Amino acid sequence: MPINIEEIRNQFPVLHQEVNGKPLVYFDNAATTQKPKQVLEALQQYYEMDNSNIHRGAHTLADRATRYYENTRSAIQKFINAKEEEEIIFTKGTTESINLVASTFGRKFIGKGDEIIISTLEHHSNIVPWQMLCEEKGAILKIIPINDAGEIDLEEFEKLLSAKTKLVSLVHVSNALGTINPVKRVIELAHKFGAKVLLDGAQSTNHLEVDVQELDCDFLAFSAHKLYGPTGLGILYGKREILESMPPYQGGGEMIKEVSFEKTTYNEIPFKFEAGTPNIADVIAFSKAIKFIDDLGKKEIKKHEDDLLEYASDALKDIKGFIPVGTAKEKVSVISFNINGMHPFDVGMMLDANGIAVRTGHHCTQPLMKRLGLEGTVRASFSVYNTKSEIDQMVASIARIAKIKNK
Amino acid sequence: MSSIQDVQKEIIEEFEILGDDKESTIFYIMELGNNLPSFPEKERVDVNIIKGCQSKVWLTAKMEDDKIHFLADSNTDITKGLISLLIRVLSERSPKEIIDAQLQFIDKIGMGNIIGSQRSNGLAAMIKQMKLYALAYQAKQNA
Repeated sequence: MPINIEEIRNQFPVLHQEVNGKPLVYFDNAATTQKPKQVLEALQQYYEMDNSNIHRGAHTLADRATRYYENTRSAIQKFINAKEEEEIIFTKGTTESINLVASTFGRKFIGKGDEIIISTLEHHSNIVPWQMLCEEKGAILKIIPINDAGEIDLEEFEKLLSAKTKLVSLVHVSNALGTINPVKRVIELAHKFGAKVLLDGAQSTNHLEVDVQELDCDFLAFSAHKLYGPTGLGILYGKREILESMPPYQGGGEMIKEVSFEKTTYNEIPFKFEAGTPNIADVIAFSKAIKFIDDLGKKEIKKHEDDLLEYASDALKDIKGFIPVGTAKEKVSVISFNINGMHPFDVGMMLDANGIAVRTGHHCTQPLMKRLGLEGTVRASFSVYNTKSEIDQMVASIARIAKIKNK
Repeated sequence: MSSIQDVQKEIIEEFEILGDDKESTIFYIMELGNNLPSFPEKERVDVNIIKGCQSKVWLTAKMEDDKIHFLADSNTDITKGLISLLIRVLSERSPKEIIDAQLQFIDKIGMGNIIGSQRSNGLAAMIKQMKLYALAYQAKQNA
């Protein structure tokens, strides 16, 4: 069933406000999406009725909170089609999910002279943890190059692979450009060399159907807040046998089986990786965000977003001075651009003066910006609640702004 | 030459005419940047970059006839406009005048709301750097 945009917008209280005297147009969805009221109500409901520490509680509230918390784990398992719930680990975000793998899998399985492959498109959070690990272990970081459109070069990737490759950590969808990477092929190739593959799904899980069994990725990292859920909550999926072979991440409560001063034994997965009291309220509320997505259907969401992308790309291309950045054939609903003769910060501020929220700068992808020869871009990213009339508002503003330097 | 107070008063009046429309105010600030005298290429070096600004800002100061002469530039037009305001108020003044200057015009025109918190921090960093130059030249005068 096609989506009813008015009905959807009514579920997002934050959208109904004015900014600088203009109706808010929220096009910063790749940074974080807004939250439907079901998520907000679930947060309040938890603190009003269910607040309690989970697992091991001998009372009704603890039991209820535990059940709701674990229900979300099961909802996420279905959402990404993982084989088992135990393969879903809660973290505080994509960044922590990647760092967890670097600190545990990396600590145990990556040694001197081993190689890790990432791409030019990566967010800093999928670069720095590996640099830190390589420095510590004497391992080597290899980079898949891209073409000018912002697509990774698969032939070059194949050349980088060898028996030394222990891990390929690749962004599924580029946050700065919106490029969708051919991850299935990357995973197949990497597996031929016995390398494990981590997918940074921060920007893909909200736009695409991500099926971890079909892709056969070894790890998937993503964040709730880019999926209409709360901030401060991330997910790490890992295949059971790999997670079981990894040492724990942090020490503390919850992650142990038995503690004595002589020796501590560790809990089973997923709890081995969830030391301390977790982010219970946000985990529970996140199930409502997943339900929101499931009810609409990813196919319908993508259709709407693709429609917006096409509409905006079409309207912007004729503006004098408009320079698109990232023109991959396969893209999600992200438009990165510059205006000839203007700094992205200035463009962003003038759009904000018109009530339009976009992101400007290097988007935490400085090596990518360097490759493209840019200081930064302006990025407009569309979500399910955005409309063509909002795009009209942005296009009119951009046309006016571009005229300053492009008469 | 008008006093620091008089120049600030002029700026406040100019911004009052613009009214509440944020877009026209930003356009105006950008236009002000065009008034900046050209910045010498040889001074566009890292040592002249002001730390704490998200945009790149280069600033130099020279003392002539007991007055400090500032030159500055930026890679973004809005920041250039902001610098031109500061130079209009603080350049060609004695070190003491610069050190003692209370820059009320920034709050009076509601600059914080116009440029947001990140750029306001940058603006504060620029003012701080200008005052540091004034302190250094004053120390030199008294030496």
